[in-house]
This record gives sequence, structure tokens and C-alpha cells, in this order.
Amino acid sequence: MPLDQSYIGRTYPPSPPYEVGREKIREFADAVGETSPVHRDPEAARAAGYKDVIAPPTFAIIVSLKANDVLIEDPDLGLDYSRVVHGDQTFVHHRPITAGDRLTVVLHVDGITSRMGNDMLAIRAEVSTEDGEQVTTGRCTLVVRGEDA
Amino acid sequence: MIRASEVSVGDELPPLSLRITRADLVRYAGASGDFNPIHWSERFAHEVGLPGVIAHGMLTMGMAGRIVTEWAGDPGAVVEYGVRFGRPVPVPDDDEGALVEVTGKVTKVLEDGTFKVNVTASFEGKSVLGGASARVRLP
Repeated sequence: MPLDQSYIGRTYPPSPPYEVGREKIREFADAVGETSPVHRDPEAARAAGYKDVIAPPTFAIIVSLKANDVLIEDPDLGLDYSRVVHGDQTFVHHRPITAGDRLTVVLHVDGITSRMGNDMLAIRAEVSTEDGEQVTTGRCTLVVRGEDA
Repeated sequence: MIRASEVSVGDELPPLSLRITRADLVRYAGASGDFNPIHWSERFAHEVGLPGVIAHGMLTMGMAGRIVTEWAGDPGAVVEYGVRFGRPVPVPDDDEGALVEVTGKVTKVLEDGTFKVNVTASFEGKSVLGGASARVRLP
């Protein structure tokens, strides 16, 4: 069943804060093989001009993935997550995510289109600190495979 | 760290060869919180019609991004990074894993002075990340 077009423009309430830890940054950097000391050593990060260790460019997926739960849990949207494929992903960093940040995410449904039996959901995740400082804008397309696709 | 004055459009970044093993998938699942069984269960992957366990698209994206961060010398210089997820990367249950070749090229200087870098990633000669690019702010 195609997704309800009236969802275009919908905004969800902010996610609960996610506190960015130094060890989580180190763990994520290890997982993608980023070796820079600015992910691990607060002194090196400060010497490079940052407040504390900074996260690799794709770290924001941790908070945006969690934020997608509101889509899955929205019964009216009727999204079958078992049929969802991640189509694309972009992050724009207004500044690097930094250890100590308390991040919340506001999800926006920017578009819903249908093509060859698949629904495409354009989702924007605005990641900011609890105090309202804009940190990262994530954009992704979730492709919902049709029953026959 | 590389300086803006040292960079020209057309510059090619030092290429990167990535080996992705099952251990990498397990580590990334834990680090990212993406526990979708298609990235660790052969049985589940077959059930949903995949040839076998595949790498997280976000893992390939994250690893491929190193071509830009290592060249720039400061991961915080990457102000934008985006990819389309193309064909999946199957990761065999052996010590070799899957070999992904990554290239990068400076394609443009944008109005705000940032550099656009186009990135390609291929597995067995076929692209696995489409339209991948980063925008980098250099001192």
C-alpha cells in the first residue's frame, strides 16, 4: 500500500538527548578504521582547535538511526521497516560532533514519491545540541520495496 | 594538514584499498547500533534473497571516507559527505574478506572556498557507492 502523501512536511518531536562519549567516538573510529588522534586524545584534539575529541564524519548515523524509530513506531505512517532499504545518505556538518555534546534529533519528512511500485521517503534529520546549537543535518532516502518488487 | 593553497582541481587523492572482513561487520554493528541480521547471519541473508552476508552500506561509506580525511589530515575538515548505496558488498566468511578499491579526485572549488572531492568505491570492478562526494574546508 502506498504511503500517505499527506505526511510530506511532517515534523516529529525532538528525540531524547544522546550524550556523545569519548569512548563511543574511539569505538566508532576503530570500527571504520579512522586512525587520527583527534578521535582519541583530548590533548591532540585541543591542539587541533577542538573542545574535545571529535567524531568521524559518519558518526551522526548513530543518532539519526535511533531517531528513525519514530517513523517505525508511527502506526499511521504504516511503514514496514522489514521492506526498507537505505537508498542514500548525506551529512552536512555545521561543526564536528564533539565528546560531551548532548544531541537531539528532529526528523522531517521532506518528500514521499512512488516509482515502479516502490515508495521513496526523503527524511531530514536536524541534529542539534540540547541548547539549540545546530550541529549536523543528515539527509537520507528510505526505499520501501513494494510487495511485488 | 594539507593547505588550500596546495590543492588544485584535478588533483587525485592517494587511493585506498579496503579489506572488509566478517570481524569488521561485527565491530561496526556494535559501534553503530545497526544489528540488522543481513550483516551477520548467512541464514537470514539467504532467507531475504541475498547471496550471503553483506557489509553495512554505512560501513563502506565510513571506511571509504578515510580517503578524504587522511588526505585532508583533519577529519573535522570534512563539512559534507554523501553517497548513494549501489550494489551490496558480499563479505565471505574467510580471512581475506571483500576488497573494496577507493579513489578520490578534487573536482571543484565552491563559492564558499570549500573543495568538492568526488569519491568512487568499487568491488570486483563494479561501483558500490554511487555519486559519492565530500566537501572539505582547508586552512
